[in-house]
Amino acid sequence: MSGLGTRGRVLVAAATAALLAAVAVGYVRLAAHRRPAGPPAPAAANREQLTLAPGPRLLTVTNRHLAFVPAADPGGARTVADLECVRAYAAAGTGVCLHPDSAWSYRLVVLDAGLRQRRAFPVPGLPNRARVSPSGRMVAWTTFVGGDSYNSGGFSTRTGILDTRTGGLVDSLEEFAVIRDGRPYRSADVNFWGVTFAGDDNRFYATVSTDGRRYLVEGDVAARTVRTLAENVECPSLSPDGGRIAFKRAVDGDPGKGWRLSVLDLATMRVTPLAEPNSVDDQAAWLDGSTVAYTLRQSDGRPDVWAVPADGSGAPRLLVPEAESPAALG
Amino acid sequence: MYLSTIGRPAQAGDAAPQPRQRRLALVGGNVLALGTVSLITDVSAEMVSAVLPLYLVLGLQLGPAAYGALDGLYTGATAVLRVVGGFVADRIRARKLLAGLGYGISALAKLGLLAAGRSTAAIGLVIAVDRMGKGVRTAPRDALITLSTPPGALGRAFGVHRAMDSVGAFLGPLVALAVLAAAGESYDAVFVTSFCVAALAVVVLVLFVRDRREPAAAATGAAGRAPAVTVREAAGLLRARPVRRLVAAACLLGLATVGDGFVYLLLQRREELGVVWFPLLAVGTSLAYLLLAAPLGLLADRVGRLPVLVGGYAALALVYLLLHGPLGGWPLLALVLGLYGLFYAASDGILMALAGPVLPARLRTTGIALVQTGQALAYLVSSVLFGVAWQLWGPVTATRVAAVGVVLAVAGTVFLLAGAPRADAVGSETAEGTIR
Repeated sequence: MSGLGTRGRVLVAAATAALLAAVAVGYVRLAAHRRPAGPPAPAAANREQLTLAPGPRLLTVTNRHLAFVPAADPGGARTVADLECVRAYAAAGTGVCLHPDSAWSYRLVVLDAGLRQRRAFPVPGLPNRARVSPSGRMVAWTTFVGGDSYNSGGFSTRTGILDTRTGGLVDSLEEFAVIRDGRPYRSADVNFWGVTFAGDDNRFYATVSTDGRRYLVEGDVAARTVRTLAENVECPSLSPDGGRIAFKRAVDGDPGKGWRLSVLDLATMRVTPLAEPNSVDDQAAWLDGSTVAYTLRQSDGRPDVWAVPADGSGAPRLLVPEAESPAALG
Repeated sequence: MYLSTIGRPAQAGDAAPQPRQRRLALVGGNVLALGTVSLITDVSAEMVSAVLPLYLVLGLQLGPAAYGALDGLYTGATAVLRVVGGFVADRIRARKLLAGLGYGISALAKLGLLAAGRSTAAIGLVIAVDRMGKGVRTAPRDALITLSTPPGALGRAFGVHRAMDSVGAFLGPLVALAVLAAAGESYDAVFVTSFCVAALAVVVLVLFVRDRREPAAAATGAAGRAPAVTVREAAGLLRARPVRRLVAAACLLGLATVGDGFVYLLLQRREELGVVWFPLLAVGTSLAYLLLAAPLGLLADRVGRLPVLVGGYAALALVYLLLHGPLGGWPLLALVLGLYGLFYAASDGILMALAGPVLPARLRTTGIALVQTGQALAYLVSSVLFGVAWQLWGPVTATRVAAVGVVLAVAGTVFLLAGAPRADAVGSETAEGTIR
């Protein structure tokens, strides 16, 4: 560059800047053009399907919008609501939707059976999990916070619980006392995720990560405690009978190797791996007492909802193509 | 292109207009050029930092454990690479080349994110490569700043450079937001734009940053080129008492810091801040850092770097004490974030300004890399220790112990560095001789 005077260098810099700007703008316009079209408008004939009331239907998220499919024909006609959600769940006429305000900010919306907003408040970070108790009273969610500088390391999750009857809000489960292996435990690196509620609207199960280990914990909302039950159990999902937990189990205890969808019998603590051979990184949902549904992603990132028998037998089957975040309303 | 100039003496045309420019400006043209490169690069880097969590969690739907494993990867690797890069820069006497290489590697890593697709392992690798680029470029860049600035003006040179750097970090997320909005939430578009911005920074570096060759020819006589720096000579750097003391002080200061995450977490718990406000704590700190970096650099040139550094760590001790102190509410938040920003402004660049004159020009990059690596590794240790203290004694006692730790570290630093002469008394030629 020594051959160039100041003016020459400024010219070269300006020309390069213009060229690079053109590349960037061109790519951005191309990307905007590629963007998939919005969700199909709800067909008038299916409007009566736009409800969270119990019935033989499945709730999913399709193209970031709430969508309903008939349980008998889940691959068939789909009714899509206007409400934008990146994760959703519903039970007994109560729904929870993690709704984007912008790419960075999300709001938790509690819905009634008619998809009307009952309560909404901002939650920090990026939505990851959402759950409603079987009675429809308790709501839980998990978000990722931090990670605002990927060069500095350290991540954390934030898991909250809302009692829709009393309005009681637990901002973060990290306020709860942790009992690990029978002893009180505290550490700055405790993270909670993936809550699932028991039938009494007080007990719950969740994942606690600390010290590089991931535990299944049983929690008590009233007593504000959690105690560890087992290791290497993530994203628990309690069966309708309350006796089994579907979860993702890190292969060889190493999340880097992926997860095997499995079921834990709470009475015997025996673990049964399910027939899904692919790594499942999701909190599964029980469709009935013998089947669980979960999201798998294709190589290009498009999600599909699959189902597999909960006793380790059979084979996985594609339930709802191009959908994620399943919940059985029936 | 700048390869062709390596080994040739500095261009006469480059050096001639400089003294006049320097009198006019607060800092030299080369520092401004490096500051501009850092500003543009930080726009690019922070664009990706801002969207990467969105991409991983919402785009790829990674679960908590996978994200954590990715996030914690490869932290120590950059430390070693930084020293090796520093040595190579000194050996082939091409700080600009090594800095450019580092900036270039990070720029290419942005395209790597596109190529990595949905593979967690590939994304981890790309992030590691990006960090390698950062590791390679930092020491040569800081060495160039010290070599382009008279010793008496190092404080303000680093102050201005760090302020420009922070401006870029501020703009990055805004640019990313604009791109996401324009591109219909396409993460690819953010990565491509980030690459274009990073590439522009490399071009600016190539065109406007002048490589500084130490006045080694003068020291070795008229024979021409000085012999290349050897590994032995670099290892001998630590045998020089002032350098050893400097690196020891950097390690001590690294031990005094427990990490931003802990400070913000405690502040948020103490104030029961809606967790939504959590990210704004870091924004408040950077704002204070951005505003204070240049003024504190100027102050350091007037009153000395060590007093400003000590003041910065006093602010840090106050931060730790205030986390469980008598104040509360908005006054506490404003004071803690202001003091925390002041700590950064009075420590990061100031330590480099302090280090520059102590290190022989021939081994300036290696020396700066040693100082930065020592500080970074000590910081890793201290954040682990703080985690253990938290577990044993709870957060209140742990932060008070940390405050005591800061006081001890600063006392040790003063003891180690008080013997070093004021920067304006030292020439940039050599460490031995001028320093007791």
